[in-house]
Amino acid sequence: MHTRFSEEDLAFQAEVRQFLSDNWDSELAATCGNRATMKEGLEEWQRRLYSKGWIAPHWPVEHGGTDWSVTQTFIYNSERAAAGAPEVIPFGVTMVASVIIAYGNDEQKARFLPRILKSEDWWCQGYSEPGAGSDLASLKTRADLDGDEYVINGSKIWTTYAQYANWIFCLVRTDSSGRKQEGITFLLIDMNTPGITVRPIQTIDGFHHLNEVFFDNVRVPVENRIGEEGKGWTYAKSLLVQERLSIAEVADSKRALTEVREEARREVNGGVSLLEDPLFAKRLTDIEIELMALEYTELRALASIAEGKEPGPESSLLKLQGTEVQQAIQELRMDVAAYYSGTLQGELTADQLGHDYADIAQKSYFRGRASSIYGGSNEVQKNITAKYVLGL
Amino acid sequence: MNFNLSEEQNQIRDSIARFVQENYAFDQRNAVVALEHGFSKQHWQQFAELGWLSIPFAEEQGGFGGGPVDTMVLMQEFGRGLVAEPYLATVLLFGGLLQAGASEALQNEYIPAIIAGELQGAFAYVERQSRYAITDIATVAEQNDGKWVLNGEKTVVLNGGAAQKIIVAARSSGAQVDEKGITLLLVDANSAGIERTVYRMTDGQEAANITFTNVEAEAVIGSPDQGYPLMASVVEDARVAVCANALGALESLNAQTLEYCKTREQFGVAIGSFQALQHRLVDMFGACENVKSLLYRAVCALQDGSEDARRSVLALKVMVGRAGKHIGGEAIQLHGGMGMTDELSVGFFVKRLMIINTLFGDADYHQQLFAQLVNAAPQAGATANSEAA
Repeated sequence: MHTRFSEEDLAFQAEVRQFLSDNWDSELAATCGNRATMKEGLEEWQRRLYSKGWIAPHWPVEHGGTDWSVTQTFIYNSERAAAGAPEVIPFGVTMVASVIIAYGNDEQKARFLPRILKSEDWWCQGYSEPGAGSDLASLKTRADLDGDEYVINGSKIWTTYAQYANWIFCLVRTDSSGRKQEGITFLLIDMNTPGITVRPIQTIDGFHHLNEVFFDNVRVPVENRIGEEGKGWTYAKSLLVQERLSIAEVADSKRALTEVREEARREVNGGVSLLEDPLFAKRLTDIEIELMALEYTELRALASIAEGKEPGPESSLLKLQGTEVQQAIQELRMDVAAYYSGTLQGELTADQLGHDYADIAQKSYFRGRASSIYGGSNEVQKNITAKYVLGL
Repeated sequence: MNFNLSEEQNQIRDSIARFVQENYAFDQRNAVVALEHGFSKQHWQQFAELGWLSIPFAEEQGGFGGGPVDTMVLMQEFGRGLVAEPYLATVLLFGGLLQAGASEALQNEYIPAIIAGELQGAFAYVERQSRYAITDIATVAEQNDGKWVLNGEKTVVLNGGAAQKIIVAARSSGAQVDEKGITLLLVDANSAGIERTVYRMTDGQEAANITFTNVEAEAVIGSPDQGYPLMASVVEDARVAVCANALGALESLNAQTLEYCKTREQFGVAIGSFQALQHRLVDMFGACENVKSLLYRAVCALQDGSEDARRSVLALKVMVGRAGKHIGGEAIQLHGGMGMTDELSVGFFVKRLMIINTLFGDADYHQQLFAQLVNAAPQAGATANSEAA
């Protein structure tokens, strides 16, 4: 048992730092940080990662992965988050790709994986429906086979960035006769197919990232089906585990916490720095200690995956604790921002306030409420942990 | 980076697990704790024969030359069985101080005796007024005709009843809470001028309040006035060791509680089928995983001499204190009335965890130190973290 970095690890760390300093510049950060230009910014960032060969580290090497060790994955993620660079948008590289790699046929791999690597496609996820949230398997969007095409009718909701996407991966119902988990099929659908409409949903963070997607007699070729008809639930479940691991965002929480600490150091109540307020210090350190534990829980999970064990139901615990920590940091940041946590976004500029964290605090607080809901609500994660880990 | 135990460490773990299984069933443990000094001399001899008493000592003195991971493995398994023998007091604290600062002659005299199971020791560092500040020392050490003489009182000396030799932290110069001016003195427990009031702690172990009236010391451990760095480093290792002990206890408590919820029926079903209880059991599981993660973090950092070590140890001790109360409280609650009785071991585990919380400072005390460390202005450096404050 040890967590030392080897010479190779240290050399890799230096390489990552060099890459970040060369490629994650303030101009790109500003492009990504502005909602109007965010899409272009993220795509540019992903192209730079692709040029370096680091866009999809966790993929098998033959498809474009890096074969990093656990330590290297940890180093990359720590350095990336510490530099403030974003994670890759997960819907393509992390989510649908893992299903295509595991269950897709050779044609599908050849057709979709290179485009995902090059960020030529923007994917979104068609899972939830108005009547199927935590109880995802009760989804009703129908796919009826008509010759060599499925005809899709129904709707998907909470579809992040559907307004940008040209592809959507969907769970659809091809059979309603058996258990609800049976009769679900995994389809890849071109968003430009006639019959698809996207309706924006305005959320409490003042940003448009969620959508409802309607399907009205949308015709999808059978060749876009992953694996067998009716086996979609099995494929989807493997993806959910991946999704939960990525939601924990431990390295990003570390950066956020460091930022909050420095913001609190500058905030002064009656001549005393907020950081020296014992009640504030208690809350800050409660979170930091939890986060230090979580960092190693994630490392333990990564180490176990590296030894060939599948990431199992333990990923539910990481999702649960990771999002709790994220929300606790966001809440703390709102308190640091004091009155300015309540000013309507865009009314006061960073120049007028002397800092930009009030705006960040508000956006991330309201947006962050979603993290305990998406990817399976935290209460559902507790159910899963109780059933599959504790055997209840 | 890996979190696997070596083959040797797995052997240690398995052999302790076997010992616990054969010797530490509920009734067996009660019988052991009821013995003089609260532990079994036969067990202690067995520990010596199995080599467990040699684990942290250097090979020169016949030790195993083990590191923090080895101690962790051992203490965690001891915790799982609530083993009562005074490994912490004799081997880790008393032996640890000898190893860290005693002269070669003293080491050669006493460490082999500890390893052979022939010598019981204790470290006296707490005083009535000191609470958790290990530098708050009023007991006076003075030199008289070239001999060191002790006057004062130490409290809650773990294993203070059975100890044949005691290392005492005493004030030789400076103010009462200074780091500098602490001298560690080795005394024979039967010296003239020593009075011991021996009592039991809630977890069954024996402790003593000891008064020293013109007691002549046998030797100085380390250098006069320079005892603090020695004791700070031994206490730091001991913090991690008791946290490993806590993890074993927490895992056992969680397993017992889970089993109880799966078998206890009310309203015609196992109570573990109720979602309100399931979610609480998941929280208990998560709290235990947090402790395990921080323990691995602290142990690796200590072993590797990483700059993350101090921060990790403090975080761990905070987490262990809180998790002990959380899981302990829930374990009693989920066992219902049975959790309140002495007929199950639940209460004994909870008491052990409450004691561990107080050792070397409770969760709040350690969180205060943690806050000072991490909130220090970045340019001030992250090393200054005196416990004297």
